Formats: sequence, C-alpha cells, structure tokens
Amino acid sequence: MRFLNEYRDPQVARSLVRKILDTATRRWVLMEVCGGQTHTIVKQGLHELLAPAVEMIHGPGCPVCVTSLEQIDKALHLAARPDVIFTSFGDMLRVPGSECDLQQVRARGGDVRVVYSPLDALQLALRHPDRQVVFFAVGFETTAPANAMAVWRARELGVRNFTVLVSHVTVPPAMMAILDSPDNRVQGFLAAGHVCAVMGWTEYEPIAMKYRVPIIVTGFEPVDILEGMLMAVTQLEEGRSEVENQYVRSVRRDGTTPARDLVARVFQLVDRKWRGVGEIPRSGLGLREEFADFDAEYRFGLGALEVEEPAECRAGDVLRGKIKPFACRAFGTLCTPEHPLGAPMVSSEGACAAYYNYGRYTAPARTEA
Amino acid sequence: MGTSTLTTGPACPVPQVATERVQLGHGSGGKMSAALLRDRFLPRFDNVHLRRLGDAAVVPVHGGEVAVSTDTFVVTPLEFPGGNIGSLAEDGTLKDLAMMGTRPLYLSAGFVLEEGLPFELLDRVLDAMGEAARLAGVPVVTGDTKVVERGKADGLYINTTGLGLIEPAFRPGPERARPGDAILVSGPIGRHGMAIMTTREGIAFEAAIESDSASLFPLVELLRGVAGEGVHVLRDPTRGGVASALNEIAAASGVGVVLEDGAVPVPGVVAAACDLLGLDPLYVANEGVLVACIESTLADRALATLRSHPLGASAARIGTVVAEHPRMVVLRTGVGGTRVVDMLPGDQLPRIC
Repeated sequence: MRFLNEYRDPQVARSLVRKILDTATRRWVLMEVCGGQTHTIVKQGLHELLAPAVEMIHGPGCPVCVTSLEQIDKALHLAARPDVIFTSFGDMLRVPGSECDLQQVRARGGDVRVVYSPLDALQLALRHPDRQVVFFAVGFETTAPANAMAVWRARELGVRNFTVLVSHVTVPPAMMAILDSPDNRVQGFLAAGHVCAVMGWTEYEPIAMKYRVPIIVTGFEPVDILEGMLMAVTQLEEGRSEVENQYVRSVRRDGTTPARDLVARVFQLVDRKWRGVGEIPRSGLGLREEFADFDAEYRFGLGALEVEEPAECRAGDVLRGKIKPFACRAFGTLCTPEHPLGAPMVSSEGACAAYYNYGRYTAPARTEA
Repeated sequence: MGTSTLTTGPACPVPQVATERVQLGHGSGGKMSAALLRDRFLPRFDNVHLRRLGDAAVVPVHGGEVAVSTDTFVVTPLEFPGGNIGSLAEDGTLKDLAMMGTRPLYLSAGFVLEEGLPFELLDRVLDAMGEAARLAGVPVVTGDTKVVERGKADGLYINTTGLGLIEPAFRPGPERARPGDAILVSGPIGRHGMAIMTTREGIAFEAAIESDSASLFPLVELLRGVAGEGVHVLRDPTRGGVASALNEIAAASGVGVVLEDGAVPVPGVVAAACDLLGLDPLYVANEGVLVACIESTLADRALATLRSHPLGASAARIGTVVAEHPRMVVLRTGVGGTRVVDMLPGDQLPRIC
C-alpha cells in the first residue's frame, strides 16, 4: 500500500481543506470529470467540508452512466442469445435498458459473466471455441488500450469467436460540450488522471486557453483531489487558466505512447450518443474498418436502434452539471439504486447513486442548484 | 417502449420489468434478500418466533427454552485459504447460535453431493468439519446425504441445523441496541470475502489472504463473563459485511449508528485487494468476526477481554449507537466529512475503474 496511504492521510487532507478555505475569497464552481473522483469526494464527504469555497459539479465521467440506451439494449439482445457468452465489467450488469438489465437476462438463462479485463474475455473465447464471446467495451480513454489490445491479440491469434460491443467515449469533446452550453456554470476542471496517464494533456491546452478555464490533471485519492482543488482555486484567484498536473506520479504531458499508438491503430473517432446528453460529434471511439470482423454490431447485424429515454429522469441535467441529483423530482422516490430510472443511479460512481448512498444524511432541501 | 409488465410504484413512468425470477442479488444479504423474505417467505410462514428474524429462533420447550438455527452453505471454490465449505458449515451455525447468547449443544448436517465429486475433496471437507465439531465440543448427531446428477450442483452443498441452550441473564438480540452503546468488532474485517474473491479471480498477493473462518463461541463466553446483560447485541457480519449488520441492528432497534472510519480494522492486504477489485471492505463477508453493542460503561473492559483471546487480538471500538438519525448508519471519514453507509440493493458489483 505504499504510494497509496500517503494520499489518504487524514492529517494532510485536513490541512489541504483549511488551505482551500483560506485561499478562496469567493465560492468557485469546479467540475470533477471522472466518476472515480466523484466517488472519493462523496465517500469522504469532501463536498460538504469545502462548501464555503467550492461548489463541486459532478461531471459526465462515469462510463457506466453515459453509455447510451441503444448500446445497452444491444447488449441485452446479445446476452440473451443462446450461442453467446456475454462478458462485461461488473457495474454494467444493473444498468437499466429499455426493458430489463443484464442481471435479469442472466436470471432468465443468458450466459452473462463479469470479467476484470477484456483479455479474460478473449481467454474465454479460446476456451469455448463453440460459443461466441462478446465483450462490452465501455469506458473512456482509460480502458481503451486494454480493449484495443484484446482486439489486436484476437486478430493475431486468428480467433473467430470473439467480438466487442464498443461504446467508448472520450473526455475532451464532452468538456467542450459542457463549456459551450449556454447555462454552463463550470469555472474550472479536475481532469481524470488515468485518462491523462494514457493520453497526456496536450488536448486540454487549447480548451483551457479558448474557454479560459483552469484544468488540473488530478488523481483519485482524497489528498490528490484536494491538491487538485487547491491548484484550481489558486489559479482562479490569480486569474490564470492553465493546464497543471497534480498527478505527477502517473502522468506525463504526452501520456503513454505505446498505449496511444495501439488505441489509434485499432480505433477511430466516431460520433457518439451519450446517455442523458445526446449525440456529441467525434466524441467516441469505434473500431476501424479493418477490425470489422471483431465488431459485435457487424457480426450480429445489429442495425441502428433508436430508443427514447424516460422523461421523468433528469440524468442529462445531472450529467451536464445543471442540477444536483437531489433536485430531480424522481431522486430517492421513483428512482433508487434498487429501481434506477437512469444510469447515474446504477453505478456507485454515478452522481445520483453516490448522493443516494453517501449524501442523504446532509442532503439539503430539494432546490434547483 | 416495449410491452413489459409494470411493477412497483404505481406512478413509475418507466416500464420496469417485474423481477419475475430469482436473481443472484436475492442471495446477497442486501435489500433484495430482505425483500425476498418479506414478500414471499414471511407471509406464508408467519409466527411469533420467525417474526423476530434473529440469527436463531428461541422457542419454548417443556417449560424451558431452546434456540434453533439453520444455515445452508454454497461456496465456490469449495476450498479456500484458511478453510473449506465443511469448516464454514460447522462454524456458521454455531456462530448463529452463539450470537443469540446460547450455548450450542448439537448439530445436524445435510449434504447434497454432485455426481463426480472426488472422494479426496469430500474427505478434506468432512475432516475439516469433524475437526471444527471437536474443537467446539458440539457433535453432529444426525445427518442426511443426497446425490444429484453431474451439473446439478456446484460439487457440494451443506445444510447444518443447530440446537442451543439459553443461558440465563444473557439475551442479546438485534432489537436491544440502546443509544450510548459502544460498538465493538472482534477482529480485522473482510478476510473471508476477499479470500474467496481472490481465489476465484486467481489474484495472487505476496501474502495470501486467509479466511477468518472460526467459531465465535469462545469470544461470546468471554463477553458474557465480563459484561453479561450489558451485551445488548451480538451479530455475525457474514454476507453483506459489517455495513449490512449495522444497518440491520439500526433498523431492528430503531437507533442510529455512528462509525469512525479510521477505527475499523481493515488488514492492509484486504484493503489492497478491495482497491484492485473496486469493492468496499465494509460490505465484504466475514466468517470469524463478531459485532457487539455493549453498555458504554462496560465497553473498555469488554474490549480488553476480547483482546486477551487470540481470536479477538485486533478487536476495536468502531463506533457508537446514537438516538439521532434512527435506522441510519453514518460514517465519519478521516478527513472529517460524513456519509451514509446504506444497505446494498444486491451484490456488490465491482467498479469499472
């Protein structure tokens, strides 16, 4: 646990909280991009400690939450096929599709398995040559290299029964969509450290410059996040808007070149629909033409599917940072972790679930944020 | 949006599919398990003893009282570092009896064996079970075996039922927590669940995580000696972990619970494995740890006594029962924030990143 405990040290964290409160002369609005950061913030109760200095808006960086209903429905369709072993990261299993979720498909006899890596799914394909193994390739740039590697290896090994259902999204277009929104309130970002560990931060430099917002590449432990917040607040107080790196132990400006190269060889930029947000141009990754054999949508002939999202669910406003989860009328009543209407209530990284699980004790009265 | 059946919440705008079949989450010890009992089992078997929902039922027999408890054990893999399904089945029911403050007397054991199960493996399981019975001094006095076709069972399932004698002036129960009570755990949490998880996932650490599988009766005896009626609640935080056990206590007693994050003993290797797999140790199963709510004036002595026994060497005071926020468990984080520690709806699902 070396390199970890020091970033969880309560003493250090408390002194950073004091510094942030001392530095801010007004209340700044920051967005943490990544769901993992939301998790830490709410789990540690940081948002309530910092309330006088910082309002945290929880960004769209939970891959489970932003995967579109269409892609979930495609996953459910595939998982129900008797010839398919459908593999996925754990928390995709409870994401509600139009009619059910993967857990329910499993209960009805679908072969749905949780894996920790797409390479495990590839191993399954090698062990079960008579079955079609599909991996649900979701996530940001963080999970893209491993997913690219699985497809790459499958081609090398000539595996004919392995495909991926791709729903990859990328961070910078989403940040720009938020900043372009007429009712945007975000004044600074904590960028996701692991995304930058792969991609570096050169993509963020033009964003910081154009929109005049500080962007801090930030890690995931309490001390990381507090340091990131302090750097952002300091920049805002000094009127600066630069990209800074808090997560120096993992991130370099150019990221990890072999990983970026592999992603670029296997994937290309595509338009992608985000759940609750809508389509953002060139905001997703899709398989390149030459890997079409490994594309589940192609293999199983899943055509374009248009699905409407539930009207009561304000996941889009939550994901855009327009409202806090408890400002949604369905929150905690119609929509709970047992019966989620929208994806942010499903994953423990989702803003709604994080508030429901950890925040109810201090949640203020339901007012529009 | 489809033709699915509308359920729960008459105003629900979204067609939510009725969970018309049993899902794995119904066995998780979380809210789905509770709903399964509440909606399907309890109405059909309703009686005054069952309604208490203790780890064991206390029933009148010939003017006296005995405690009865039953538990069924399904685990993959059948063997794991620190134990196997046999030791688990023996200790599990003994623990349920001990948590009611009773002295376990006899056990029964039923076995469902799958065709093809190697005798070598069965022998190891039975050895462990026999050894646990001898150690606890509680004999298996009756049993049953059934064999099912290959593919119809996960190798081996075991059910054990135990009979215990009520000790006078010692009646801990989940509904007896009182504001002011100290909350103690008898040892480091999360070891059993993570031993199973890491074995199942094939994840190796420098030091293997060993299950804490053990009978807790010796610790209960110590607590009875030092705190007697001051022991208000004893709970065995198996599936659903310490978080679920405390939620059950808070609900049954109508009290609030405040947990101190830094005080909960989590072994480094368990914390590391949980981090890797995206799990929270508070929800991970234990098999050799008890949670106790104890009269505050007796808490220090109780803690010292627990620590005097090898099974309780890492015992710690992790929180306090309060009158505020009834039925809610609130954790104070190291940084000074707070959060609600709720029951999980179903199984803990590993986070993606």
